[in-house]
Amino acid sequence: MIEDYLSLFVKAVFVENMALAFFLGMCTFLAISKKVKTAIGLGIAVIAVLTITVPVNNLIYTYLLADGALAWAGLPEVNLSFLGLISYIGVIAAIVQIMEMLLDKYMPALYNALGVFLPLITVNCAIMGAALFMVERDYNFGESVVYGFGAGVGWALAIASLAGIREKLKYSDVPAGLRGLGITFVTVGLMSLGFMSFSGIQL
Amino acid sequence: MSKTREILLGPIFTNNPIALQILGVCSALAVTSSLKVTLVMCIALTVVTAFSNFFISLIRNQVPSSIRIIVQMIIIASLVIVVDQVLKAYAYEVSKQLSVFVGLIITNCIVMGRAEAFAMQNPPVPSFFDGIGNGLGYSIVLLFVATIRELTGSGSLFGFEILPLVTNGGWYYSNGLMLLPPSAFFVIGGFIWLLRNAKIDQVEAVEYKLASHTNSN
Repeated sequence: MIEDYLSLFVKAVFVENMALAFFLGMCTFLAISKKVKTAIGLGIAVIAVLTITVPVNNLIYTYLLADGALAWAGLPEVNLSFLGLISYIGVIAAIVQIMEMLLDKYMPALYNALGVFLPLITVNCAIMGAALFMVERDYNFGESVVYGFGAGVGWALAIASLAGIREKLKYSDVPAGLRGLGITFVTVGLMSLGFMSFSGIQL
Repeated sequence: MSKTREILLGPIFTNNPIALQILGVCSALAVTSSLKVTLVMCIALTVVTAFSNFFISLIRNQVPSSIRIIVQMIIIASLVIVVDQVLKAYAYEVSKQLSVFVGLIITNCIVMGRAEAFAMQNPPVPSFFDGIGNGLGYSIVLLFVATIRELTGSGSLFGFEILPLVTNGGWYYSNGLMLLPPSAFFVIGGFIWLLRNAKIDQVEAVEYKLASHTNSN
């Protein structure tokens, strides 16, 4: 039991890294990775949101949307899975909003540190992607908690290390056309090649 | 008329969503290993962007700004569900290969970004063209990347063999690296380099000027 969860966690962090193996959340990944400090703040926010939204979406899918899921309400023939996309994004937007209010009230320091990143997370594809992968792979509730947390940690790890590289990179002499965005793409490509070395690992 | 033309063609090279605005990069990388899948993705995205811009622009004066994000999300999500169901009905194989990426059009920043930046301020028809233009700008980068990746990676285009592979008695050794996801980053990096060589004004400013070489002897 514990071993299963542990291997799922390691797999979500390294082997199936959200950013470097599936390229999800790339827009924010490339745009907000100029400084390590902000990158870590964003990374923590993503971990928190993923750990909450993936299990909640899992519950919604199993008890409301899946084929025959409404059997408990006396409607065993109803299949609402086509409403999946709109409910996941609704759940994500709502949870981000609630988190923002809670943080504002109870942890103002963290709220100020995260600032504009919290609302931005709604449109981060990594969050939506994790929800969709969770459905595609039929995770149960426990697995979805671990998967959400692991995917978040993996993404945070990737953005923090990219920010570290970019901080050093700004002192280097890059050809004019590649400067800025171009060289960032190439850097991420190299990082992703590095992470591919995990891909053969069987857990 | 020339304004429509500018709205439609501007995003293709001068204000490309991927190369300049850094929007919608996620799917650009993940779905470009074969040209057929890429083409379907491009069409889906262009349709969604155009219609979401159109509908959001229609109701832009009725929506209070405090709830606009969630209203936009709902319009976009409904359009994506329609596209997803159509793909599942008529192109099941491709929709399996695209897996979660059709759903991820919802969170594709191009759609949201254009809705916020253009459709909220402009009337429906120009917004519709802006959506098509940005969809085309996205498509051109994706098709460029997919062409290079499929041609060098498996020696074919749209599944038809162009470069005969050694395994089939030809001369071309396929480059497996190009089929792996990281190669998309290098190809897009190269595309940006090419584009900025042609359009010098897009080159980013240096943050730190290197001191010139000094002779220490």
